[in-house]
Amino acid sequence: MKIRNAVTLALASTGLIGTGWWIGYNVNLLPEVASSNASVYDDLFKVLFSIGAALFLGIAIILIYSLVRFRRPAADFGDGLPVEGNLPLEIVWTAIPAVVVLFVGIYSYDIYERMGGMVTLHDHSSMAMSSSAMSSTAMTPPQQGEPRYWGGISPASDPGASPALPVDVTAMQFAFIFHYPEGNITSGELHVPVGQPVELRMEARDVIHAFWVPQFRLKQDVIPGQPTLLSFTPTKPGTYPIVCAELCGPYHGGMRSSVVVQEPEAFQAWVDQNRQPSTTA
Amino acid sequence: MTIAAPKPDIVSVSLQPKGWLRYFSFSADHKVIGLQYIVCGFLFYLIGGVLAGAIRSELATPLSDFMPRDTYNEVLTLHGTIMIFLWIVPVVNGGFGNYLVPFYVGARDMAFPRLNAVAFWMIPPAGILLISSYFLAGAAAQSGWTAYPPLSLTTPAAGQVVWILSVLLLGGSSIFGAINFIATILKLRRPGLKMMQLPMYCWAMLGTSILVVLSTPVLAGVLIMLSFDIVAHTGFFNPSLGGNVVVYQHLFWFYSHPAVYIMVLPAFGLVSEILPVHARKPLFGYTTMVYSIMAIVFLGLIVWAHHMFTSGTPPWMRLFFTIATAFIAVPTGIKFFNWLATLWGGRIALNSAVLFSCAFILHFVFGGITGVSLAQVPFDIHVHDTYYVVGHFHYIVYGGTVFVIFASLYHWYPKFTGRMLNEDLGRLHFLLTFVGFNLCFLPQHWLGLNGMPRRVAEYDPAFTLLNQVSSVGALLMAISTFPLLANVVITALRGQVAGDNPWNALTPEWLTSSPPPVENWKGEAPLVTEPYGYGHNSTRITA
Amino acid sequence: MTTTLSQPGEAELHSSPSHGHEEHPDFRMFGLTTFLVADGMTFAGFFAAYLTFRAVNPLPPGSNYELELLLPTINTVLLVVSSFTFHRAGRECRADRLRASRGWLLVTALLGAAFLAGQMVEYFSLPFGLTDNLFASTFYALTGFHGLHVTLGVICIAIVTLQTRAGGVITAKSHFGLEAAELYWHFVDGIWVVLYGLLYLL
Ligand code: HEA
Ligand code: HEA
Ligand code: CUA
Ligand SMILES: [Cu+2]
Repeated sequence: MKIRNAVTLALASTGLIGTGWWIGYNVNLLPEVASSNASVYDDLFKVLFSIGAALFLGIAIILIYSLVRFRRPAADFGDGLPVEGNLPLEIVWTAIPAVVVLFVGIYSYDIYERMGGMVTLHDHSSMAMSSSAMSSTAMTPPQQGEPRYWGGISPASDPGASPALPVDVTAMQFAFIFHYPEGNITSGELHVPVGQPVELRMEARDVIHAFWVPQFRLKQDVIPGQPTLLSFTPTKPGTYPIVCAELCGPYHGGMRSSVVVQEPEAFQAWVDQNRQPSTTA
Repeated sequence: MTIAAPKPDIVSVSLQPKGWLRYFSFSADHKVIGLQYIVCGFLFYLIGGVLAGAIRSELATPLSDFMPRDTYNEVLTLHGTIMIFLWIVPVVNGGFGNYLVPFYVGARDMAFPRLNAVAFWMIPPAGILLISSYFLAGAAAQSGWTAYPPLSLTTPAAGQVVWILSVLLLGGSSIFGAINFIATILKLRRPGLKMMQLPMYCWAMLGTSILVVLSTPVLAGVLIMLSFDIVAHTGFFNPSLGGNVVVYQHLFWFYSHPAVYIMVLPAFGLVSEILPVHARKPLFGYTTMVYSIMAIVFLGLIVWAHHMFTSGTPPWMRLFFTIATAFIAVPTGIKFFNWLATLWGGRIALNSAVLFSCAFILHFVFGGITGVSLAQVPFDIHVHDTYYVVGHFHYIVYGGTVFVIFASLYHWYPKFTGRMLNEDLGRLHFLLTFVGFNLCFLPQHWLGLNGMPRRVAEYDPAFTLLNQVSSVGALLMAISTFPLLANVVITALRGQVAGDNPWNALTPEWLTSSPPPVENWKGEAPLVTEPYGYGHNSTRITA
Repeated sequence: MTTTLSQPGEAELHSSPSHGHEEHPDFRMFGLTTFLVADGMTFAGFFAAYLTFRAVNPLPPGSNYELELLLPTINTVLLVVSSFTFHRAGRECRADRLRASRGWLLVTALLGAAFLAGQMVEYFSLPFGLTDNLFASTFYALTGFHGLHVTLGVICIAIVTLQTRAGGVITAKSHFGLEAAELYWHFVDGIWVVLYGLLYLL
């Protein structure tokens, strides 16, 4: 008898985990993948989705089963079993969630690390130096007043990566303005080359806005008075929406632009044809 | 025990007006005040719901065509503020709290009856003030219920200031309420009644009140600073004057995250009262329930920055808040598994109260799991400020707390009025609400993941279909309100008489007439040391 | 055993509500204490904001955090002393020496008033105004909010002083008003000490 219960329990839970896993890996709720960390993000999503599905289904099944199985016929006022508690059981269902959230926490920390979220911004300023050193104006002392960045996501500092393309982003009611220091280009649309890390240095003029590209799985608030950073590596040519995600006034919903990911040569062509004589000389 | 139990400093209740009139008076009777909270809150719920209807109508089409854009922002701000500060918080705390806690501690009233009345009467003016700002001040607040500066400094000042005033009033009211609950539960217990013999709802209210006392004043402080920025042109949160906008967010969420547990802990307590009665079983794992409430209170105070993962907070901070937040799943989980264990092996009466309670379990577990996903920084960076978040919290506040309020209505209405609510209408109400709710909010997760931000009056036409499904769901929810209203009205007039204890329950509020007399018991207050003693025949009462 | 009665409970419940408070003098004090915890959290919020501003937001060039120390230090002494005088007043009252008690109350009230006067003098002598910079705004917000508390305290003390007059509300037996005012006063005093440390010394 006891054995049979144990066996059914084991079967049920494996079945549940299997179902959860299947759902997590086969039901796709996300838009297409267009940046190097989007795929990383989707791994995390699949894991969270699987765990969530298994847990939810499990609890739903137990709940509905007991409602049906233990339903009381009308006009019966007998009591159920006077069970006050069961310590081993309670320890089990304290431990399981604890383990799960611990695992999820560590795993998502790893993901965040790979996205460059944990790179401290002190490291960053050196990155900014190197990237500006790559620019045409080499050998110049670091321009004084290199702004202080309050937060954001910096390029994961692995030596192999090609230097990041710096772009200054200004957000205002109700538009984004992109300025390329290299070539002194100003544009209302973000053009980036596929495969090269991009580093957005963002600040807002008036109120808080947020830069969001769903296909990149990236979002960063653009804050007045507190410059923030956002780095990513586009992996798929195409045109994707840039959405302002922070309530910023009546036309918040209309504050959209687009990011155009191009093959390097196409991008270079775009740069050449829009290059302006540097005013800051 | 030698020290005599304290008596409330009660104004002789015989001076209070009698009959229905007393519900419009400055009554100090905790039962009257409780019902005042509930009815008043429900009226505000209808208003907030009508606003929600306006939101869903606007979003039925991708274009901003139903109302002007700034009106839309006013509507969503009022919707959020009303639903939280005038519906959920007053009803689950002030409403059921005032009605039930004195019964549960074996007292004849709250510790400070007059303060109690004051706390309630702060609410209607505050609510009217808030709503009138739409008409009088020309424009109501437009910066969302979070009122982030600098936006809240640039939108029409009058409306924003009125918003701040009414939120300050409501905050003050809930602080007074909380002080009253803490004093009542700790000091006013009937002699011989130990803390660990109290019904679970008392523990929930104790935890909630601690949160209110510790966090609400911080909201008051930050809102005062905000009003200074608006009125006196100081620069606390005004970057152009060297201010720091993120500090506002920290202080705001230091209150507003605990606020979400202020909205749900009492609901946990109410469910813990309802389920054992209708499953005819003791509440499973009383002690762990108590500890998990206290754990939630503690953790709830140290996770606020999970609302600010994209605000440029330093990495170590994001990491800490991710872990801390995710761990709230553990104590919360304990409560849910304990409820399942309470149902298991019981003799469950599948009535409206139980249906709503079980739907609460389903919805909250769902919303909780999406919550834990939101707690993961990298995950949240994508879905922050999208409809995924809107889905998350409606699953919890509506699918959770509001469902519990409905369950409690079906469970305690006989005690409130002496008459049973009609079961058939109750089930119809449940069915419509359940279907409408899931239709409305389930698609929103998908919308968020795919790129629909929140707080927008217009959106990418690609999202039209799912938004329309959601709007239909909202319509169903609106319709579902009418069976409830009808049920309450009809049965109040000529419903089946309930008797003192229709559910054959063991908690003290059922051991007196329905509705109970002034001062709760004709004779002495009963000493109930086993509020969940079902199954031991010795404890069965035969009504 | 659901509806059994315990004897003490019964005995207690028959005692008339009229002399309700005497049975538990600590009762309303408990409520007041809880309220003061809440009030303290408001200050905590202000302090947190002040410290964060100070840590991360550089002041505009030319302005600094330095403040004149003499006056505030005198004020601090006045307030601390007033705590002791109030304590003394409480002792006298409980010992049924109401005249003496009233005297100490008066002293306390005067010290409080002196503090407020000093505060005013400082305000008018300060080089910066409310909206000059972040530090200025925070400074006025904090000291102003605290000053409001002191003003309220002085008013309460005045009322209590009147109540101690012969045949007044406050007697050696029942003196909730006085105790409450005292607790509140110590609280306001304590807050000031913290505030002094953060604003002037730090
Ligand atoms: C009653 C209200 C309520 C409650 C109880 C909760 C509960 C939780 N919330 Fe929610 N939340 C809100 C109301 C609420 N929330 C609101 C209103 C907002 C939006 C504010 C705004 O911006 O306007 C919000 C936003 C919000 C965010 C910010 C999203 C963003 O803006 O980017 C986050 C991020 O961490 C979050 C997380 C959580 C978590 C982890 C819980 C946890 O407490 C949930 C714990 C419960 C469970 C997990 C289920 C039961 C547990 C088990 C069955 C055990 C097994 C489970 C696991 C192991 C996972 N919430
Ligand atoms: C706390 C409780 C709570 C509750 C119960 C609800 C209930 C509902 N909410 Fe709420 N909502 C919030 C809290 C809540 N909301 C908050 C905090 C926000 C964030 C605001 C912000 O961003 O600042 C929000 C935002 C929000 C949005 C996002 C707006 C945006 O970001 O642009 C949407 C959109 O669908 C929405 C929809 C709904 C719907 C359809 C309901 C429905 O469940 C309502 C159902 C009820 C009714 C439909 C009323 C029924 C009655 C009648 C219709 C009868 C007719 C009238 C009379 C007889 C007088 N809400
Ligand atoms: Cu800019 Cu929203
Ligand atoms: Cu939160």
